Amino acid sequence: MKDKRTELKVSAIRSGTVIDHIPANTVFQVFKILGLNDTSRQVYFGTNLDSKKYGKKGIIKISNKFFEEKEISKIAIVAPTATIIVIEDYVVTKKEKVNLPENIHKIAKCINPKCVTNHQDVPTSFKIIEDHKGTMKLLCKYCEKTMSQENIEFL
Amino acid sequence: MINIKNRSLVSITDYNKDEILRILDIAEGFEKDQRQKILSDYVIATLFFEPSTRTRLSFESAVQYLGGSIVGFASPDVTSVTKGESLKDTILTVSNYSDLIVMRNPMDGSARYASEVSPVPILNAGDGANQHPTQCLLDLYSIRKTQGSLDNIDIALVGDLKYGRTVHSLVQALSLFNTTFHFVSPESLKMPSSVKTGVKKAGLEYHQYTDFMEVIPKADILYMTRIQGERFPDPLEYEKVKNAYILDNSMLETSKDNLKVLHPLPRVNELNEDVDDNPKAYYFQQAKNGVYVRQALIAAILGLK
Repeated sequence: MKDKRTELKVSAIRSGTVIDHIPANTVFQVFKILGLNDTSRQVYFGTNLDSKKYGKKGIIKISNKFFEEKEISKIAIVAPTATIIVIEDYVVTKKEKVNLPENIHKIAKCINPKCVTNHQDVPTSFKIIEDHKGTMKLLCKYCEKTMSQENIEFL
Repeated sequence: MINIKNRSLVSITDYNKDEILRILDIAEGFEKDQRQKILSDYVIATLFFEPSTRTRLSFESAVQYLGGSIVGFASPDVTSVTKGESLKDTILTVSNYSDLIVMRNPMDGSARYASEVSPVPILNAGDGANQHPTQCLLDLYSIRKTQGSLDNIDIALVGDLKYGRTVHSLVQALSLFNTTFHFVSPESLKMPSSVKTGVKKAGLEYHQYTDFMEVIPKADILYMTRIQGERFPDPLEYEKVKNAYILDNSMLETSKDNLKVLHPLPRVNELNEDVDDNPKAYYFQQAKNGVYVRQALIAAILGLK
């Protein structure tokens, strides 16, 4: 059985973006924040794939889509290990790990119902911090409450 | 580096140690000579979007002792806020009529937002459950005045340490000094880890207790707070602890001579009235110190001190 496949084959895309090394448990969250459940573009995705580095990983390939910084910031928050690979005419033109920004503006909603940003026309702004256990948290610039990754609602 | 002039004060962490001490020094000057008419050409706005007794009256009294004029409201019911006017528009309008705006507002973060849109400085008199920096400064003033210094103090904070914003800010501010903290609370209302981590990072010690009596002989300052029944998910649990953190006069027998009892007020039942006549009771004087501290803040922010 020489030709037994050990890897899942997913079609290469001609032009577009591949998001690789997504933590397996956040693939659907990435899908959602990028609005991919409501797109007319070709999208391939896989989850629980074997990864030498992370054990299990997810991957998403989107044809003819190139992400802006704001969308990459969103990916970084949900999937901090992700790599963004840009493909043009079957050639990789850019490959880089997402970077967690220091601050994010107008991307997420504050979880605190009493926060001024939920009552007045105030653009939200958060500082990305680590709590005492080293877990990533978002600190609201206004109400000074922190929220954890699983509670983030993107705008 | 001291930079107070023309700057808003939203959160106690906006000030460094030198700035805090500067305000306390100026306040001391006002305690010695309160009626300095340095504000006679100034108008201060006090915008109270929710009720307050001590904070509003002490701010207004501070302005009047300094000879300044006040515009403002004690309730938004008589203003265009009832017509749906935004906070930004209210602030921009009032900034045309005043040199400094003192604001209390029920929305968390409203003071930071107001400070961003306002051309005049904002003094936060409480933004919802978030910050109340003038309370923190008057607490520091009261501690320094009664103990002679902010260093080498053993402070016991008693009651609801989980949700009380006053105690969180006070611990943050006292972490700039050499303080030993004693946290006394029911298991379910313990000091949050984030606050305790701050204490550790400052290289200071804290101890946690559920037994109130154990801590009384150790304390220089006993800072009492109210335990609110609505904080407990289980009413039975509240019933169990509600009387465990009530201070009465006989409990102070084992306390140090220099001990002072502080409370941000209003109290409900956590401070028995028989404590009031004990010379160690300091909470009404503490509320009085609020006037000196607020005079100091207004004068320093306007560049008059």
